[in-house]
Amino acid sequence: MSAFVDTLRAEWTKFRTIRGWVIGTVAIVGVIVAFGLMPGMQGSCGKNGPGSECSLPVGPGGEEVTDTFTFLHQALTGDGEVIARVAGMTGIATGEDPDKPNHTVEPWAKAGLIIRAATDQGSSYAAVMVTGGHGVRMQYDYTHDVAGSPDGVTAAVPRWLRLTRAGDTVTAAESVDGDRWTTVGTARLRGLPPTVEVGLFATSPQHSEELHTGLMSGAMGGPTQVTGTFDHLAARDGWTGAAWHPDVIGHADGPANGAPGAEGPPAPASGVEQVGDAMRLTGSGDIAPAVSGSGGLGVSITQTLVGTFVGLILAVVVGTVFVTAEYRRGLVRTTFAASPGRLRVLAAKATVVGGVMFVTGLAAAAATVVFGQRVLRGNGVYVHSAPAGTEVRVVVGTAVLLAVAAILGLGLGALLRRGVTAVTTAVLVIVLPYLLAMTVLTGDAARWLLRVSPAAAFALQQASPEYPQVANLYTPADGYFPLAPWAGFAVLTAWAAVALAAAAVTQRRRDA
Amino acid sequence: MITVNGLRKRFGATTALDGMTFTVQPGQVTGFVGPNGAGKSTTMRVVLGLDAADDGDALVEGHPYRSLRHPLRHVGSLLDAAAVSPGRTARNHLLWLAHSQGLGSSRVDEVLETVGLTSVARRRAGGFSLGMRQRLGIAAALLGDPHTLLLDEPFNGMDPEGIIWMRRLTRELAAEGRAVLVSSHLMSQLQDIADHVVVAGRGRVLADASVTQLLAAVSDGRVTVRSAAATRATAVLAGGGGSVTATGDGTLVVTGLPAEAIAALLSRDGVPFSELAAHRATLEDAYLELTRDSVEYRAAEPAAASAATASTHTPGEAR
Repeated sequence: MSAFVDTLRAEWTKFRTIRGWVIGTVAIVGVIVAFGLMPGMQGSCGKNGPGSECSLPVGPGGEEVTDTFTFLHQALTGDGEVIARVAGMTGIATGEDPDKPNHTVEPWAKAGLIIRAATDQGSSYAAVMVTGGHGVRMQYDYTHDVAGSPDGVTAAVPRWLRLTRAGDTVTAAESVDGDRWTTVGTARLRGLPPTVEVGLFATSPQHSEELHTGLMSGAMGGPTQVTGTFDHLAARDGWTGAAWHPDVIGHADGPANGAPGAEGPPAPASGVEQVGDAMRLTGSGDIAPAVSGSGGLGVSITQTLVGTFVGLILAVVVGTVFVTAEYRRGLVRTTFAASPGRLRVLAAKATVVGGVMFVTGLAAAAATVVFGQRVLRGNGVYVHSAPAGTEVRVVVGTAVLLAVAAILGLGLGALLRRGVTAVTTAVLVIVLPYLLAMTVLTGDAARWLLRVSPAAAFALQQASPEYPQVANLYTPADGYFPLAPWAGFAVLTAWAAVALAAAAVTQRRRDA
Repeated sequence: MITVNGLRKRFGATTALDGMTFTVQPGQVTGFVGPNGAGKSTTMRVVLGLDAADDGDALVEGHPYRSLRHPLRHVGSLLDAAAVSPGRTARNHLLWLAHSQGLGSSRVDEVLETVGLTSVARRRAGGFSLGMRQRLGIAAALLGDPHTLLLDEPFNGMDPEGIIWMRRLTRELAAEGRAVLVSSHLMSQLQDIADHVVVAGRGRVLADASVTQLLAAVSDGRVTVRSAAATRATAVLAGGGGSVTATGDGTLVVTGLPAEAIAALLSRDGVPFSELAAHRATLEDAYLELTRDSVEYRAAEPAAASAATASTHTPGEAR
């Protein structure tokens, strides 16, 4: 062990006594912070005088939410149940030509029953609904989603929905005939008040799709609208129904319903229309966690760390050259004469480079996440706040990303020995996949690259969770990665481990 | 003390070491001489655990080099003076080496003083002349105060003053009781500093003897005489018991008579002579003698084999 400490100390002395390596390391902090604080991205939040500030309602779990819908409701006290039959859904989506809307129902357009603690945005709720493309769902408190039967609804095949309240438990059920019921799910809403707002709702989220024209990639989209036709609405089993009040919750045309500064067609009129026994609710918006990206609003803290890839190039080059420089000058023979344990030397070098890059990445990411958010907000960009644990994971994740990538570069350097070859290989393997995924590649190719290449570890920087039940383009460029943070990190670590193992084997076999 | 025993090593189709065997004793300078490609550097790299031998072993004080905990405290070596990072200062180069042996910076300053680099200690080694780099390499070799020193071609690139300094240093190191191995492709550089000489050729030892033994082997008592009357001189000296060979130009090579006897014989008979030189054998002579055998031996081999032998040197030396 002590022999390793001697070798480690020697390698650290080597590292700190080459000015270029020290400068390169300090430059990593410089570029990451500079990219994060550069006034690049602009937004409209708070830029158009008082009242233009962007703010999002906050749900019961503390997360930012979208809570905009058309609501036909009444206040009901105690336990009871509410039923209704969904007789049809129609929708309007904005197509490529804003003047010629498509008459299609957005897949995550929702029409159904809801029980809410209040009409205020961000209130605790439980709902059962028919969706445009994802069948029957039970959703509650914004982030929870339970699938029911997969079929949609048409005029020929209507669907019955039911919500039952017992204390703070709400049970959702569905039926094809109103007689035989199937439970979709049960939700416990802690602190649900005795009197709740009960009724029908309809809402339809922002539409967005990827655009690929030549080498340029982007996204387009706009607001959509759904009209749900209901009948047999009844509150019973302890609830005695009175009059139902139509309402539109949230501002369908406010900043909460579009990307910052997005110019789109005005939102369709929302409201409730009574046609005989039937009720028609037309709504636009969503009841869901708020997401960043093209289908949502603003950006996540991941956006502040866009400079990571430049820092990564430097870290990889320093890590690679730390070993190839010795081969170039024959210094490696002096190294092995002084420390004959070649694995020990490799381990010591990896520890030095990994440790240096970890500390460097930690300092750079911490400064950038803290101050970069302020800069973006100052520019009028809405930045989703992330829980403290997520911020720590993003900062520490950036540090370990740099550290392990530099170790991968070191392994490639020890394996390939020639500086130019090794640096080129390392940058191609580590940084290029990220750049391709961020720019020219289409969604699936980009996601594939970010699963298998060392760039998978950028998943450590994902700050906003990806919700399958929230329509959005979850692109890498918006800070959404295909793998979970630690899974992505595991991919990079596996690459580094393989490179180091191969380097160790060849170093033991070859003459120095 | 170093024991090299039956080292064999091939680089592809060529043989670099072919049963190299010798020992380096403490308290003396052992010269390790041979033409470029004789296997000197490869032998040193095997001793230092840098190259693996196909067969045989090399021990430092009875242990394989790789098993030494702080090897530079046992063996100091100078292999390639150019092997320094150009961007690192001389002092920092020695500092990381010191740290690898559990030594501190004070030892670094000591060896810098010993080799006379104190004034340029904080300058980058990239700007050093080859002679300064050789001194830096010697400083690195001395860092661990080792009992054994391996110096591969230490005189290369040194100015005359440096060569004198290096010769004195190697003598002093041996006088302190250390085992010192100095390799060179020029025998003349080892004259007066080596106590013992190992002559290598094509991967093995051609001669392994003390300097005294080597000189005795080639000293045949030849005396060169220059005379305007070569014929008379030949007759007189042959009559006096000598064996005379005329090399033309009035020069005679006489064996079997000491120089004093030749002078007395010629003077007695009044034969004029302008020069009388007793031939003193040098290490160079011994080396040439051994090399001549080697050349004869090589000429007897098939052409293909000798071509292969010639290319043997390349992989070993180029590394």
